Amino acid sequence: MSTVAAPSKQQRKDYVTDQDVRWCPGCGDYAILAQVQKVMPELGVPRENIVFISGIGCSSRFPYYMNTYGFHSIHGRAPAIASGLKVARPDLSVWVVTGDGDGLSIGGNHLIHILRRNINVNILLFNNRIYGLTKGQYSPTSEQGKVTKSTPIGSPDYPFNPLSVALGTDATFVARTIDVEAKHLQETIRRAHEHQGTSFIEILQDYNLFNDGAFAGLTEKDTKAETQLVLEQGKPRIFGKNRDKGIRMSGGKLEVVGLSGGYSETDLVQHDETDPHLAFLLSTLPPAAFPTPVGVLRCVERTPYDEIVAEQMRKAVETQGPGDLATLLNRGDTWVVS
Amino acid sequence: MAVPPPDASAAVRKPREERESVVIRFAGDSGDGMQVAGMQFTNESALAGNDLSTLPDFPAEIRAPAGTLAGVSGFQLNFSSREVFTPGDDLDVLVAMNPAALKMNVGDLKPNGILIVDKEQFNEQNLKKAGAAANPLEDGSLAAYQLFCVDITKLTATTLRDTNLPARTVNRCKNFFALGVVSWLFQRPIEATENWIDQRFKKQPDLAAANKRVLRAGYNFGDTTEIFASAFEIKPARIAPGKYRNITGNTALAIGFVAAAQQAGRPLFLGSYPITPASDILHELATFKNFNVVTFQAEDEIAGVGSALGAAFGGAIAITTTSGPGMCLKAETINLAVSVELPLVICDIQRGGPSTGLPTKTEQADLLMAMYGRNSDSPVPIIAPSTPADCFFAALDAVRLAVKYMTPVIVLSDGYLANGAEPWLIPKVSDLPQFPVTFRTDPVGFFPYLRDEQTLSRPWVVPGTPNLEHRIGGLEKEYLSGNVSYVPSNHEQMVRVRARKIAGMVADIPPAEVQGPTSGDLLVVGWGSTYGAIAAAVKQAQEEGKSVSQLHLRYLNPLPANLGEVLKRFKKILVPEMNMGQLVRLLRAEYLVDAIGLNKIQGLPFKVSEITNRINRMLEARN
Ligand SMILES: Cc1ncc(C[n+]2csc(CCOP(=O)(O)OP(=O)(O)O)c2C)c(N)n1
Ligand code: SF4
Ligand SMILES: [Mg+2]
Repeated sequence: MSTVAAPSKQQRKDYVTDQDVRWCPGCGDYAILAQVQKVMPELGVPRENIVFISGIGCSSRFPYYMNTYGFHSIHGRAPAIASGLKVARPDLSVWVVTGDGDGLSIGGNHLIHILRRNINVNILLFNNRIYGLTKGQYSPTSEQGKVTKSTPIGSPDYPFNPLSVALGTDATFVARTIDVEAKHLQETIRRAHEHQGTSFIEILQDYNLFNDGAFAGLTEKDTKAETQLVLEQGKPRIFGKNRDKGIRMSGGKLEVVGLSGGYSETDLVQHDETDPHLAFLLSTLPPAAFPTPVGVLRCVERTPYDEIVAEQMRKAVETQGPGDLATLLNRGDTWVVS
Repeated sequence: MAVPPPDASAAVRKPREERESVVIRFAGDSGDGMQVAGMQFTNESALAGNDLSTLPDFPAEIRAPAGTLAGVSGFQLNFSSREVFTPGDDLDVLVAMNPAALKMNVGDLKPNGILIVDKEQFNEQNLKKAGAAANPLEDGSLAAYQLFCVDITKLTATTLRDTNLPARTVNRCKNFFALGVVSWLFQRPIEATENWIDQRFKKQPDLAAANKRVLRAGYNFGDTTEIFASAFEIKPARIAPGKYRNITGNTALAIGFVAAAQQAGRPLFLGSYPITPASDILHELATFKNFNVVTFQAEDEIAGVGSALGAAFGGAIAITTTSGPGMCLKAETINLAVSVELPLVICDIQRGGPSTGLPTKTEQADLLMAMYGRNSDSPVPIIAPSTPADCFFAALDAVRLAVKYMTPVIVLSDGYLANGAEPWLIPKVSDLPQFPVTFRTDPVGFFPYLRDEQTLSRPWVVPGTPNLEHRIGGLEKEYLSGNVSYVPSNHEQMVRVRARKIAGMVADIPPAEVQGPTSGDLLVVGWGSTYGAIAAAVKQAQEEGKSVSQLHLRYLNPLPANLGEVLKRFKKILVPEMNMGQLVRLLRAEYLVDAIGLNKIQGLPFKVSEITNRINRMLEARN
């Protein structure tokens, strides 16, 4: 994003609207809202240049609570609307808020295409692995066999993984963070903002209403060191309470190894945000046998779509001159009747 | 290079026979270049000063097997020394490049009409592909016509004998031979076509030279061989003085939108997904980048209209173009535009349906979808251009109204207008309406849904404006603040104000104007592309002293303020439509008049005679 320095120091309260927040008590959306409101003033973008666009879902109510420009649109279509806005107005800092249903089910098509085009927009996908707003049907990220209102004897659907989907589109920035990991969430948002091109962040959202324990064990104090694999660029992939486990590459596959049992840090792969193959392997690690990777899986540079378009426009004016309407109307074969 | 017309030096000039109007159709395989031949002949006729109207008719398949009935492509042109309203009912001249083209088209040729065929193509193989039992050139079945068998294929090859172009390439030049012959027959200047060939084959000079030689050979063939006894002359039409060009409906829409954005002083944004017969608007606008035009080829029609709505939020003149199937997909987003009250123009180039229907054929059956095809009460203004050139002004009008009233506007064109052409009196830029857009920037007293007292439209505030940060969305809004509101009485107030805003646009559209006496026995009411056929039929009836008038509606929502009163001044009302009766329903519902439909649903425009017949029947019937 273009970073025009804000005139005066902004504060968190500048980003709070006068609307009552209507999420259920304890909903993970609150934590995400709080962190976004906290980090926005620090990005150095004038508040009037920030736009939040969402689809439909509990998560998509988000723009109403952000005191920026906002557009709560229709189910699944936020990436399309954001694409048009960003291409028409490259000066704006455009953010999409979507859910696992909104972004991956009804809006899956738009999501893959905005990622493929690499339009300079930041996408926050709140993944609670359920349709919250419609009161608890399974979503494309719900585990197979899940019992919900629409699947009384278990869902026959196989889920997919948002990060693998994003990486499959060759997205240039793909990250995962967790609603309650305040610092990590803030830092990931900052990174997304700095990235030129589409930034995709999956935010794991714990959930107590229709999908209790959606990410059980992931955020509890006593287990999270064992269950989270925090990725940092250029650092070996180590986890565990005593930082005694690591991820090693062996025979083209990733495996967990104990650092006490003969392996050392040099045996582990260093995290490289530019390596598409490692990123994909990380995104597909089965949760039972592996810790859940969080952080930036992939960050590479590629000219964003909106910049290419702007350049084409500039070139057209340069080579053809600014368009003249009278010339346009009189193009082609003409004749005069007197 | 300017070359004197080939006949200037001809020693003996053949006689000239004067004709007022001619209807000609070029028909051949879709690989035969009939559209090019037809378009170039149109251009030549326009330059000769005739009034004209065209009807291209191509198969839905890009390359149906060569020589088959499914692969036949046609281009019809009516050119005249008088005012022309339609591409013509029946043909005076048919050029048929193969047996399939003959079979598909000869039924439209008038008795004693001129039939030019490419003789060699009537071989066993092609006759079989066309499903012909015998060779029609030999079995006497064409006795009713003036048949001219020309060796087009062979003569083309002979002309290019000394080149080393491959046989396939040579064969593809034969449309210019046919065009040359016809150009001579109607004494059309061919320089414009030669220039076109030079442009088209700029990078392949040998091809340009070959095509030009073949064109000229065809022309000379007509002039020098005995086959044609005389040529025809069609004097220039007496049309309004000024500078003209030919224009199709799709081109007129494209440049109309460029003009509209310029007149509004804003960039133009098109979000679109390719679909016949709308794609050409996208193609054309993609070439106007230096006019500050962005074209976004989206992943589907939903994203096409969605991206446009996003651009509108950002302050662009936003449009989306599609046809019926795409309209279905766009409905939810159009509804969102109604709710958030942002300007947006949606062009529906109608085609035959339902579903994929007849992609390349025309129909006007999306009117009720445009009116009512969204959930809940969701009024959207509708404009329908009536001729190809009128598409230009429809585009300007649609943008003007969209930004003034902060509303989506639907433009209903159709396949016939999209691809049909007519001469267009080029307007002066200084004569075009100006409607510069201003965004609200003043925070004092601002509310997102504060309405203008006169137009009831809300302010257009674009992101980037300090101190006016606000949220919009598809949930129901509180009347003034725009905050989400579920209050029952507020919802009713909002539904009613949205309806009143659109109804109030009637102040901005001209009253309905009757062509002919303003009262009488019969009023023929139409909308969209049926204009020409109705105008010709009504004019004819009036010349015969019948009490018939025409009323053509350009604005279908809101309808003109005086319409009800005008309708009541006629004893009978006839509504011809290329659908099962859609406008007729609106008129009956709105004005309680006994309007009668005349419905044609064949993917083809009305013939004048079809309307004339019904006019006569209605006048003859008692009551
Ligand atoms: C076209 C359309 N279909 C269905 C719905 C109903 N609907 C609203 S939100 C939703 C699912 C939202 O799920 P998700 O994106 O995961 O959001 P969450 O509520 O979990 O945050 C559905 C099915 C709708 N609003 N519009
Ligand atoms: S339904 Fe679920 S997602 Fe929605 S607000 Fe309540 S807790 Fe949050
Ligand atoms: Mg969800």
